[in-house]
Amino acid sequence: MSLARRKFDVLAIGAGGGGLRSALQLSREEANVAVVSKVFPTRSHTVAAQGGINAALANVLPDNWHWHMYDTVKGSDYLGDQDAIEYMCRAASHLVYELEHYGVPFSRLDNGKIYQRPFGGQSQNFGGDQAARTCAAADRTGHAMLHSLYQQNIRAKTHFFDEYFAVDLIKDQDGFILGALVVEIESGEPLLIEAKTTLLATGGAGQLFRTNTNARINTGDGLGMALRAGIPLQDMEFFQFHPTGIAGKGMLITEGARGEGGYLLNKDGERFMERYAPHAKDLASRDVVSRAIATEVREGRGCGPEGDYVLLKLDHLGQEVLNKRLPGISDTIQTFLHIDPAKEPVPVFPTAHYTMGGIPTNRHGRVVVPVEQGEEEIPGLYAAGECACVSVHGANRLGGNSLLDIVVFGRAAGNDIIDYLKKNRYHRQLDNSSVEQAMARLTRWDQKGDGERVADLRYELQATMEKYCGVFRTKEVLQEGVEKVLQLEKRMADVRLHDHSRVFNTARIEAMELENLMDIALATVVSALAREESRGAHSRIDFPQRDDVHWLKHSLFFKEGRRLEYKPVTLKPLSVESFPPKERVY
Amino acid sequence: MEQKRARLLWQCRRGMLELDAMLQPFMEKVYDDLPGQQQQAFAELLSNPDQVLLEILMGRTIPENKDVANVARRVREAAGP
Ligand SMILES: Cc1cc2nc3c(=O)[nH]c(=O)nc-3n(C[C@H](O)[C@H](O)[C@H](O)COP(=O)(O)OP(=O)(O)OC[C@H]3O[C@@H](n4cnc5c(N)ncnc54)[C@H](O)[C@@H]3O)c2cc1C
Repeated sequence: MSLARRKFDVLAIGAGGGGLRSALQLSREEANVAVVSKVFPTRSHTVAAQGGINAALANVLPDNWHWHMYDTVKGSDYLGDQDAIEYMCRAASHLVYELEHYGVPFSRLDNGKIYQRPFGGQSQNFGGDQAARTCAAADRTGHAMLHSLYQQNIRAKTHFFDEYFAVDLIKDQDGFILGALVVEIESGEPLLIEAKTTLLATGGAGQLFRTNTNARINTGDGLGMALRAGIPLQDMEFFQFHPTGIAGKGMLITEGARGEGGYLLNKDGERFMERYAPHAKDLASRDVVSRAIATEVREGRGCGPEGDYVLLKLDHLGQEVLNKRLPGISDTIQTFLHIDPAKEPVPVFPTAHYTMGGIPTNRHGRVVVPVEQGEEEIPGLYAAGECACVSVHGANRLGGNSLLDIVVFGRAAGNDIIDYLKKNRYHRQLDNSSVEQAMARLTRWDQKGDGERVADLRYELQATMEKYCGVFRTKEVLQEGVEKVLQLEKRMADVRLHDHSRVFNTARIEAMELENLMDIALATVVSALAREESRGAHSRIDFPQRDDVHWLKHSLFFKEGRRLEYKPVTLKPLSVESFPPKERVY
Repeated sequence: MEQKRARLLWQCRRGMLELDAMLQPFMEKVYDDLPGQQQQAFAELLSNPDQVLLEILMGRTIPENKDVANVARRVREAAGP
């Protein structure tokens, strides 16, 4: 076997904000770092984040990190680990200033300080008045962060493998992770990258659902790789849905549209949110509005020929307000629906937005798995960003906390890797059987003949997940979901590719992405069926209450035997008093 | 030819759903019927960073190169229900 090989101290899989922040920390310390990304780094999904990044700078309204911590714990519906949350909120200001120094052009106040906007879920004084905590570089914060971090990495001489697809992790008999098998997409040639430490920073898995806000590259590859390496996925039942996506398409219509006075209607022209949230109405929290829309549709009050969406009315706001306050949204609606929101209401439906669950890590970014007493670190493996579950978002992420998460824990992982490298100075011997297994995953797609098509199966999977594991969840619905996903999984074996060329064979990559989605779908629906309570984004119609006695714990799904285990939530912060679970009212 | 097309198809995978939803269908449905010059212009369009590309495809920025501007308009028109 003449498999090409390269050796590095560190292999980072993923060049979004998480991977890049971590790589920067390492390259600066003279570690030899390779970053692999399936798309050109600045085309990573971080580029789509427009809202901003949270830090209690107190530039607009009084604020401090401890209030930010309270809001994050409460927002997580008490499933977030309070040590990691304290760590993140304390670090936030420093990291935002650091981004500023890297060249992120944050919007400014007249006094020259960084401008901050209010976002949902932010409060002063532990649940008091609205806070203003989100820093933004106009409406292109993610873009600015990604470009600045990329430039800094180029300067620090990080080695980039652009347009390389990571297939699987390489692991030895002692459980050490030794790097990964990757493919150069352009040539189709495999390459073995050996590394003393490997960091997964592959982002979220929005493509699990038919209607989602994510780029098509968000197929949760790192999650699939972790599962296949025997690592469980944590809290996968918690997937954040944004209530107002363009129906059937997924693009996000921000809360701002309702903030400016837009409201939702069912087919009878009723402002149904008044029934579900008499006070907050259309501005109730994301999970409440999403569930209300799904219920209207389920109960036959949806609009359109299929009755499968509701309407967002904006026309009463007038052309001027729309143009001035919501310009991007009007453009999006006109482009994808050919509808003028100043004249007609807009079809909307909840859209999958953010993966709260992921690869279990501690606050140093180390991947951890349960053992008899407590937890054990997987030697040589780290995870950061949306693919990781630290867990700072718990059952529900607050807007603006994800960009923060990726830089805080990207950096923390970088620092911890530097320590690890000091103690583990040599490459371990390669494990050939693990390499062969990974290669088999690749060569499987050389099989010829007739069979199912990747695109068809992917569509069925997405539609199944939307229908049976979306915002409307009951035991019956989820049980059916598990059955359906298992059937789809069986059909994977019959999938064949028609295109066996090597150069830029998108079909082969999409097939491997589908394998990842399939594994993650099962993890998600099985975890959701087991959790008999409603908490944050996971809402069970048959168990409408949060149940702290039985369910204040993290789920861990193992691929082998489709087994679930649980581990306690860390309620003890690092230095301050714990925030004990309370009812979450806004 | 085939390879160039395959490469472009991969370049249509971007960091934002809005871009994917415009570029990928265009590649599948319209690209092959374009005259060579416009195919070239499409490749040039794709070389823009994501945020700039979004501005162009939403019609908020008009590229200087006429061919690129034209092909961008066609991409926008092809998107939709
Ligand atoms: C529309 C939208 C708006 C958002 N707005 C905000 C906001 O305003 N504020 C906020 O805090 N959060 C926001 N978020 C969430 C936030 O953008 C993401 O959670 C965050 O950017 C994820 O960063 P990441 O580094 O973990 O992953 P990503 O940026 O997704 O990067 C993943 C990287 O992994 C690579 N990769 C994946 N699989 C493979 C593979 N198999 N082989 C090789 N490389 C691979 C990709 O190429 C990419 O480089 C938003 C999300 C969406 C969808």
